[in-house]
Amino acid sequence: MSVAPARAARRLSLPPSAYGFIAAALLWGGTMLLSDGRGGIEMLSVALSFSIFSVAVGTGQMFVIASGPGNIDLSCPAVITLCAYVSMNLMGGADGMLPVGLIAALVLGGVIGLVNYGLVRALKIPPIIATLAASFVVTSLAMWYGGESTVRPPQALSDFMIWRVGGVQVALILALIGSGVVHLVLHRTVYGRSLLALGQNARAAQLAGIRVGFVRMTAYAVSGMMAGLCGFLLAGFTGGAALNMGEAYLMESVAVAVLGGTSVAGGRASAFGIWGAALFLSLLVTLLNSTGLGAGARYLFTGLTILVVIFFATERRK
Amino acid sequence: MDKVIALTAVTKAFGPVRALGGVDFAIAPGEVVGLVGHNGAGKSTMVNIMMGTFPPTEGRVERGAAGEIRCVFQELSLCLNLDAAENTRLIHRSLRGLGWRRRARAMIAGRLDAIFPGHGIPPEAKLSDLPIGQRQMVEIARAFTAAEGEGPLAMVILDEPTSALGEEATQQFLAYVRKAAGEGVAIVLITHRLNEIYAVSHRIVVMKDGRSVAEGPSAELPKERLVELMGGHAVPVEGEDIPAVATRKTDPNAPVMVTLPGAVPVEARKGDIIGFTGLDGHGQREALVAIQTEGRGAKAATAFVAGDRQADGVLPVWSIAQNLTISCLATIRRGAFLSPAAERAFAEEWRERIGIRMRDIDQPLTELSGGNQQKVLFARALAAPAPIVLLDDPMRGVDVGTKAEVYQTIRNEADAGRTFVWFSTELEELENCDRVYVFREGAPVACIPREALSQDAIIAASFQS
Repeated sequence: MSVAPARAARRLSLPPSAYGFIAAALLWGGTMLLSDGRGGIEMLSVALSFSIFSVAVGTGQMFVIASGPGNIDLSCPAVITLCAYVSMNLMGGADGMLPVGLIAALVLGGVIGLVNYGLVRALKIPPIIATLAASFVVTSLAMWYGGESTVRPPQALSDFMIWRVGGVQVALILALIGSGVVHLVLHRTVYGRSLLALGQNARAAQLAGIRVGFVRMTAYAVSGMMAGLCGFLLAGFTGGAALNMGEAYLMESVAVAVLGGTSVAGGRASAFGIWGAALFLSLLVTLLNSTGLGAGARYLFTGLTILVVIFFATERRK
Repeated sequence: MDKVIALTAVTKAFGPVRALGGVDFAIAPGEVVGLVGHNGAGKSTMVNIMMGTFPPTEGRVERGAAGEIRCVFQELSLCLNLDAAENTRLIHRSLRGLGWRRRARAMIAGRLDAIFPGHGIPPEAKLSDLPIGQRQMVEIARAFTAAEGEGPLAMVILDEPTSALGEEATQQFLAYVRKAAGEGVAIVLITHRLNEIYAVSHRIVVMKDGRSVAEGPSAELPKERLVELMGGHAVPVEGEDIPAVATRKTDPNAPVMVTLPGAVPVEARKGDIIGFTGLDGHGQREALVAIQTEGRGAKAATAFVAGDRQADGVLPVWSIAQNLTISCLATIRRGAFLSPAAERAFAEEWRERIGIRMRDIDQPLTELSGGNQQKVLFARALAAPAPIVLLDDPMRGVDVGTKAEVYQTIRNEADAGRTFVWFSTELEELENCDRVYVFREGAPVACIPREALSQDAIIAASFQS
């Protein structure tokens, strides 16, 4: 729990949140060189569209990771899937039910987040185990509730996800505004300050008068809600819920948060840094898909690249 | 050499701090020596030098006949996830090969039976499942085990070994100390329970300010003399005099802010400065943390100044300003959001008031010297809207000038109606308190008013006779 006093062992002139953007820029630039600059904008536009989902779930993960060493939410893939099924079924394809579906996804995700925290707190289980165990339960619920049936999303939701004004995706703009709000919450509200203080040194934060339990509980709830939102949007985008829809987001939520400047030692978080990391990962997937490599090789490259980038981007203690 | 160990003119300095200032000490086989002294007298440093944990800065350490030196630590040195036999294996390399567990179990069980007959410790129990008293028995018994094929046991140092033992176990332990000494083991006993020292020691060594100030057969050093020697009257250092503290006026009818139960119940009223003292580790810090996290007495906000800065106070990622404002974020909030301008103004104001020496308030707190970090933590607590301020030995590593400034600030704040609860083991700091509660074994046992405060009075209450 104690924090090494000499954290500034390696002082970098760049903020940790910059590395995702740099990696994304290098990758994009490299691709442009190889393809003589063709299709660059399209590639970026597609990557940004996909980034919305990883930014949503990664932002939730960021709240949890920033609340202190050892805190992580591994239930997001299951929450994405269950919330997608529940919201799609509730709406039954009716445009008028959109608000109901959205609220259901957020509330259900938030409740699962609270349960996660309850397991960690009441049973004193490490978060990595508690949230993984919870995710099995949630996945079972999704199988039982959704199963093979696929309910189409309301047409309005599908339209919204691809709605562009003057060539700019509206959902993307809204997501960026959302990140702006998260940025304000983190750095300019009592709650955000409390969360980051808690993450740096829980004992010091408690002795400084912060309600440690409440703040951490809220972080898990936010993570659940963001996963629920991700599931809702993803189902709208891909034409319905599917049992494996959350799979990719286990690794991705952690990777975008950490690569985006969230310190695994706790107490440091960046709402916009996540965009750089998410963009980088989306570009990487697009690029690897275009090479025609097999799935195994693509996974191998993805994993290795993330390792290398995180190695260079994260602060290490002596 | 007929001594087990002999220290000659040993000094030990940690940076500028001189923990030992030239100690001569020797102990012969079969001798029991009681080592007494107040906080910071140098007992622990001396133990560490005898154990070889670190070398002396100057002087000589000579070992006599071959044999092991073991130490029973006040903070038990057992692994709680292991059982007694496994913990015994940790200090005996020769317990190896097939059946080591059986032999280790026989070794520790035999020793436990010899020292604490009827101890009732199940041999296969993990230490974490045992109550603290039984853990202490295992710690003691383990120190006295001897394995075949290893050197004999030459000396055992016992640092507060009976703090968790009951009356019966304590008597058993003392009887065993005499027996072990009779078999030629040298024993050094450190304890605040002076009657135990008199029960078994041949000789007593009194330490003070890093020196041994008196030494003699137990019979020639009565209790009153010991207390006098441990306290004594420190020679005032020229130029470092802190002006005599003027007595404060306190209102005996002011509302009660803090209460704690005990042989002598603690009571602090609005505007009081009360001190907690006694030997380090006797529950003063736990009492402060309980007041801070659970509340004791009036339902009022509390603020806490950590003495162990890195563990309990500093938020290492943040700037000075962010560290300063964490306990009073409500005051810099404008609407829903914190105002950077208000935060800056607030931090600048406190920088001014406490006199924190820094480049600017946005630099990381960890770049400041220890004393200035401490001032920031002080400012954090004083800036908080809390009528009760708890000080957890907050002057560690703080220079004389800073101390004087902080004393004045505390007195001003108390005059303005704040209540201070101040844990310290330094007389000079306690002199700022209206009265001082001495803690022993987890609870307050004496209350010394400002007029009667002296090192002797504190020591007399700290050591159980």
